[in-house]
This record gives sequence, C-alpha cells and structure tokens, in this order.
Amino acid sequence: MTNANTEEHHKLLREHFGITTTPGQFTVALAGNPNVGKSTVFNALTGLHQHTGNWPGKTVDNAQGNFTYLDRSFLMVDLPGTYSILAHTVEEQVARDFICFGKPDATLVVLDATCLERNLNLALQVMEITPRVIVCVNLMDEAEKKDININISFLQKELGVPVVPTAARNGKGLDDLRQKLYEMSTGLCIAAPRQINYSLEVENAIQQLLPKVSRLIGPNLNPRWVALRLLDGDQAFIRSITHFLDFDLNLTSLQEVAV
Amino acid sequence: MSTTIKPMITLEEICIEAEKIRLSNPNVGDKIVSDIYANAETIARPAVTKKATEARPWDHKLDDILTSRLFGYPIMLTLLSLIFWITITGANIPSQMIADILFAFQDQLLVWFELAGAPSWLTGVLVLGMYRGLAWVVAVMLPPMAIFFPLFTLLEDLGYLPRVAFNLDNMFKKCHACGKQILTMCMGFGCNAAGIIACRIIDSPRERLIAVLTNNFVPCNGRFPTLIAIATIFMGGMVISELQIAVASLVVTCLVMLGILITFAVSWALSHTILKGEASSLVLELPPYRKPQFGAIFYRSLIDRTTFVLKRAIIMAAPAGAITWILANIYIGELSIVGHLAAWLQPLGYAIGLDGFILLAFILGLPANEIVMPILLMCYLSSGQMLEFESLEELQRILIRNNWTWLTALCTMLFCLLHWPCTTTLLSAYKETGSKKWTFLTFIIPTTIAFTVCFLVAQTARLLHLV
Repeated sequence: MTNANTEEHHKLLREHFGITTTPGQFTVALAGNPNVGKSTVFNALTGLHQHTGNWPGKTVDNAQGNFTYLDRSFLMVDLPGTYSILAHTVEEQVARDFICFGKPDATLVVLDATCLERNLNLALQVMEITPRVIVCVNLMDEAEKKDININISFLQKELGVPVVPTAARNGKGLDDLRQKLYEMSTGLCIAAPRQINYSLEVENAIQQLLPKVSRLIGPNLNPRWVALRLLDGDQAFIRSITHFLDFDLNLTSLQEVAV
Repeated sequence: MSTTIKPMITLEEICIEAEKIRLSNPNVGDKIVSDIYANAETIARPAVTKKATEARPWDHKLDDILTSRLFGYPIMLTLLSLIFWITITGANIPSQMIADILFAFQDQLLVWFELAGAPSWLTGVLVLGMYRGLAWVVAVMLPPMAIFFPLFTLLEDLGYLPRVAFNLDNMFKKCHACGKQILTMCMGFGCNAAGIIACRIIDSPRERLIAVLTNNFVPCNGRFPTLIAIATIFMGGMVISELQIAVASLVVTCLVMLGILITFAVSWALSHTILKGEASSLVLELPPYRKPQFGAIFYRSLIDRTTFVLKRAIIMAAPAGAITWILANIYIGELSIVGHLAAWLQPLGYAIGLDGFILLAFILGLPANEIVMPILLMCYLSSGQMLEFESLEELQRILIRNNWTWLTALCTMLFCLLHWPCTTTLLSAYKETGSKKWTFLTFIIPTTIAFTVCFLVAQTARLLHLV
C-alpha cells in the first residue's frame, strides 16, 4: 500500500523535487491557505529539525523538517501557502505538482477554523487528487473566542477523511495529529474522501472525456480530476503531466500564445 | 511507474477533444471553480455554528455597500470625481504661489545675467530656456500631484482599492482579461512605467501582455496635470466662475472614464485577435479596512513624489527647455526652426483638431510627458510676442491668442490621454516583454487610437459647424 519503501519513489522525490528521504521514511506534504498557522503546525511537529530547500527550477522556497513518531520517521514538506491548487500561480503549481506527482504518503491540509468555508475549497481540491488526506482545523482557540463552534465529527463524516482540531500555538491537538499521520502513512487508516459534486454542465463534459482519460492515465492519477484539468485548459498541468509521466506529446499545437 | 505506458490514445488527442468541449462550453472553467465553492458551502454551513450574539460586523456591511451591484459603480465614480475636485480646488492656490515665486526669481536671474554682461544667447539658453522650462514643470505639475497622490494613497491605505478590483473584475473577465489589471492601472496613475512593471503580478502571460499594452490609457502624473490645467482654464473657463471647478472636475473624470473604457475596448479586441484566450479565475481576498497611517501616506506620496518629480524635472525639463529655446530662436529665413517644424506639421495637426505647435510639443515631449505643456507655451511665446506667465487667466489668453477654441482644448486633452507612451514607459515595456514586437505595439496602438479619435472628433465638430 505505502510507497515509502520503493526505490523509484526516492528517486522521483530526489530528482524532481530535490527531496532526499531516508529508507523507510514517510513523506508528508503540508498544504494550506496563507495565514492559517501552517508554519506553526509545521514547527510544532518538526521542532528544530528542519531546513529550507529550494525546488529545482523554481524560485519558491520550501521548508523540510522531520519528526519521529512510534519509531517511524516522517519527512514533512511545507508547501507554499495557496488559496487553491488550480495552478494560476507558480506557488499553486508547485503545491499541486508535489501533491499530485510527488505522491506523499499523507497530505495534511491546514484550515483556519474562523473561516472554514473559504478554506474548505483547498481541502476539497486536494481530496480530488489523493485519498491520503488529513484535514487539520487549526486556530480552534481563535474560533472559540469568536463564538464559532465547529462540529468536527460531522465534518469528518461529510469529508470522509480524518479531521483533527488543533490550536497549534498552544500545542493542542498535535498528538492526535501525529497519530493520524501515522495511521494514514502506514495504511492503517484508509480514507474515502468525498468527491466534489459538479453541476450537470461540468459533469457531462467530464463524462465525455472520462473513458479516454482513464485508458490513458491508468492507475496513476484520478482520471476525473485529470479530465477536469484538461477541461479547464490548464497548460501548466499538461506540461507537468508530460514531464512527470513521460508522455510523448507534441505541445506546439496547444501552446498558449508565445511571448 | 517505471514502466513506460504505451497508450492506445495519446494525450494530445484527448487535449484536442477537451479543447473542443471547452470551446463549445466557454464558461466551464468558471463553472468548475464555482462548483467547488458551492460544495465547500454545502459542507461548511451545517458544520459551523456561530452564536448569534451580534449582527454582521460593520466591515461586512460596508463591503456589501461598496461592492454591491447597485452602489459599487456610483460610489467609485463619486469618489473619483471628489478626488479630482479636491485636487483642482486645492492646486490653484499653491500653483499660483509657486509660479509667482519662481518667475519673480527668473526676473532676478535676468537682472544678474545682465549685470554680469552675459551674451544674450547664454541668457536665453540658461534662463529663458532651461530655468523657465523647469519653473513651468514645477509650477504647473507639482501642486496637482502633491494633492492627488496623498488622496489616492489614502484610498489604498483604507483598503478601498481591492474593492475597486473586486467591482471591476467582472468587466475585465468580459474582456477576457485579468481582474488584477485594475491594480496595474492604479499604479499607472502614478507612472505608466511603474504600471507596466506592476503587470508582473498577473500570472498568465497573455493577460500580462494585455495589461502592458493598455496601461498607457491611464493618464500618468506627467499627463494628468496637463489635463487638469487645460480643463480648468479652458473647459471650466467657459462657464460662470462658481461652476468652473465643478465643470473642470467633471471633464477630468469623464476623460479618465474614457481612458478606462478604451482600456476595456482594447483589452477585448486584443483577446479576440492577437492575444486570444480566456480569462483565468482569481481568488481575491478583501483585506480588512484599516486606519490609514497618515504619516506614512504623507511621506510616501508627498515627499517621495516631490523629489521624484523634481528630479525628473531637472533631468528632462531643463534640457528640453534649452533645446526648445534654441530651436525657437535659430531662424532660417523668416521662421525659426520651431516655426518651420510647426508649419510642416500644421496640416496633420489641424486635421486632428490640434495645430502644428501642439503636435510638435507632443513629439518633443516623448522623453517625458511632463514637458509637453511647457514646450508648447515656450513655442507660442517665442514665436509671437514675449509674455510672462502671471496667472492662469494669462495662460488662457496665450492659448486664445494662438487660435485655441474649445475644440482645440478638447482634442489636446484627448490626444494627451491617448497618445504614445513616453520613452521610459516604452523601455519598461521592452524590458518586461523582452520583445521589440510587443514594444512597438505598446507604441502604435495608443498612437493610432489617439489620431483616430481626435480626427473623428475634430471633423465631426467642423462638419456640424460647432466651431
């Protein structure tokens, strides 16, 4: 189930993302909107065992840190803070490429409890790419101050992935978070994330593309999600998929207007 | 993953099919985004309960008004007109004071040069050329800028500008351009070169190019005082004095609106011709309203800008003043060089409602738009009788003596709003696009539009015997 031990996965992370993992180490991606306390969660989990790296070919910094839980080592990769991963910006593209092609053993999406609705967009988008998602509802302390109450068990049932409430600044909920990361990475917990309901118009368009996309992509990626990206006319995604999955594609006919 | 998949279908085939679906269904990208949001809402609503202790916070209420369909645009227009009104009202007095001081000093300089026994050409180049050019720029340009920019920065600091971007996003989307373009346009009010550099915030190369190519339709601080000056002394001067400022503000607001409309038109045209494509969605977070930091505003927009303007005046206006004086005072036959050039440009200038001198001033003003008015006045003054600038009424008399009508004033303002960008802006466009082709388009699109619009206005007015 888990890909932590495969040699190819180490190679992929090293060559495409500049990340070196030790044998048996799990990779955890950390995503979230800007200003949701993502760095606080990152620091709280990894302590001082971190360093800032640089994505090859990109000028976006990413911090990596590691921690050990129940004798297993985890490498945590802090992705750029983004509102979505529809790849409108370099940051969004970096975040998406890592979640999609870097195949982390778990992706932790940090949400701001005080504006959950807006933050959920990102979580839903990540859940389209991978089922290995853990949602962390951070800033619970601030929500409490603002008299906002969040029904965590309801949310967990609705989303179909583990939901952990935290107040990372005060260190609350971190143990639970580690436990869930462990369960997700080792395959003890298998999530069935809720998929986005699209309107009829979009759904019809997906169905038109789906059979062919499924045959082409195989088990590598969620074919529905790939179809959506193609429908969105996402050139950056077509470049990424060509790059990572070694598809031979003549891009010239599809290029955006060259500068 | 290591085994290369030999697909029966190629990705290219699927991409082409996806493209077809996209074309028959152009909103699908937006629909995907709105569906995601709708899903998030469906999940979050029942999961979150908020104690109904208070009604919606005041800033949400304010947002509802400022970004409402009904009030959004009227409020934007009112604020814009109000800013122009304050600028024009406020600029008159300091303008007059600065002019009085600087031109009194010019007389003093003339006395000193005479005492020192300087030859008349030296006095001409240095005092009547360089110094006067500089004095013009400072007196006419500085006060409106010193008032406009703190006001504009105040709106920015209050957090109003992102709401403007929000209001206009839909319009830009209709033109297949990016909503962030409005922010680059706001930068353009300060300086088009800065506006073009600000286009970096737009992520799609196609949308970025549209923003670069259209930035010039926002009047920068070099052109905007020219518009204010002409609007005040000419358009405002046509009505009774109580209404003068109101009319002038209205004229300037209309011109800025026209510039924005042309920006939309050109963006639309570009994204349907050489820059085909669709608008990408963007998530715009409305920042909280903040108490403005008056000290910082004052410093940033007044001190910073004043030094910037003064520096540019010295670098650009002083040499331009000297050159203009030389050109205006070297005679070939009956006419000065300026006279010859203006006479040669006269037919073209007349056809678009200007005259040879005005067109010449715009051409000589290519390095910096600030110096167009000063050059024009110097040309007028040197070719006819020597006059000293004493007041705005004096300026109006100079212009009327040179056959200005309301049509000349209108066409000059239109040409000023729409014509080619200055060399600094063109250089920035070249640096940002890295292409001579796009730089040339940055030059030729406004130029063509300026000539066309002025030609149509002038010919229509003349045909209808309005002049």
